[in-house]
Amino acid sequence: MPQLHFNGTAIELPPGQSVLDGLLEHGHAIANSCRAGACQACLMQATEGDLPPQAQIGLKPTQASQGYFLACQCRPEKPLSVRLPDMAEHRHAAVVTELQPLSEQVMAVSVRPEGDYPYRPGQYTTLWRDDGLGRSYSLASVPGVDAELRFHVRRVPNGRFSGWVFDQLRPGQRIDLQCATGDCVYLPEYGDDDLLLVGTATGLAPLYGILREALRQGHRGAIHLLHGAYDPQGLYLRDELGDLADRHPHIHYHAAVLEAGDSDVTVAQVDGLALEQLSGLNNPVAYLCGAPDFVQGLRKRLFLAGMAMNRIHADAFLPAAANTASTS
Amino acid sequence: MTSLYERIGGAQAVDLAVENFYRKVLTDDRISHFFDGVDMDAQIAKQKGFLTMVFGGPHSYTGQNMRDGHKHLVARGLNDSHVDAVIELLGQTLAELGVADSDIAEIAAIANSVRDDVLDR
Repeated sequence: MPQLHFNGTAIELPPGQSVLDGLLEHGHAIANSCRAGACQACLMQATEGDLPPQAQIGLKPTQASQGYFLACQCRPEKPLSVRLPDMAEHRHAAVVTELQPLSEQVMAVSVRPEGDYPYRPGQYTTLWRDDGLGRSYSLASVPGVDAELRFHVRRVPNGRFSGWVFDQLRPGQRIDLQCATGDCVYLPEYGDDDLLLVGTATGLAPLYGILREALRQGHRGAIHLLHGAYDPQGLYLRDELGDLADRHPHIHYHAAVLEAGDSDVTVAQVDGLALEQLSGLNNPVAYLCGAPDFVQGLRKRLFLAGMAMNRIHADAFLPAAANTASTS
Repeated sequence: MTSLYERIGGAQAVDLAVENFYRKVLTDDRISHFFDGVDMDAQIAKQKGFLTMVFGGPHSYTGQNMRDGHKHLVARGLNDSHVDAVIELLGQTLAELGVADSDIAEIAAIANSVRDDVLDR
């Protein structure tokens, strides 16, 4: 069994167990959220020993070279010494400046970080409450266009973080941000290609950022934004997106729901609509954001329809793991 | 004399073939169910390793990791007919890319050489 050294103690890790699970089992409070290698809440640093490559997927090269790794993805086969990183290096202090309801279910949270906070529209980060509860959200804002960072927070039934955002968070309160990460971003080389942006629920947030970043960079190809929700109440930013489509002839906005009630919204599966659109597109590039089943399913169908994998950007919104431990 | 790997185009040929091959595998009713729910990025990386090996290129496959990597599928019923299907789809992919029949036969023979490891016998 590989030995794990942490805070002056040694733990025997059963084969296949992650560093995160090992430390939690032995009573160490290690911050974590998605437990799938996405949120980077469980970032740690190795001081001695070899890291499995899997433990550093998604980290910046500068972080990887300094031994940073994700504890939930690290299943060492050899002895390893680890420590909690100096969080000041990886988190940014920020102030909440505005809370604006976009619908009954979605709150736009505007945040002003202290100092520089480099990010690209469509990337995601983790927001931290001061007691160590953290959740990942995508950036819907665009640097150079929007003065502040903007996130779309959906009220999750019994959600600890989203419930707090809706019921207790107020402008002026402080919040911490992880460094922005993720490669669901616009690339200038796509300038003449047609973009297929498909999202469910708050999967619209990164797409809204990517769409406006493409416009900022003078995108010339067509842009199709498809937003799906269960019912019309799950749609939001409809007026803004309708205005954008009116002002820019190459932007096409389609909303679809499964249950329309007495509204006139199209009733359709948004992934089916996306596949219908695909055949008319010129050199398509796809961005898929939202529920994991939707994202993985549509990704596979677009690939089978002939799209190259490296032209399908996907961001599956993972739910927070049920039994998260907080740092305090 | 050039090697098989050089003759068919090396790493470039692997990149050209891998997505076409994977599409065929995912849509073939005989074998697609073995790939339900797998991570597509990880799977494409594995397919690249497999193609590099059967193309006669530099690879790190061993009989042992072929065994370990397929044991869970053998438990789910993986047998000779599925290996046959994979080799058939491989041949189709290569024929569509214009690889010569003699080279396809050589590649199929390399794929066949790991059959017993894959089926854990």
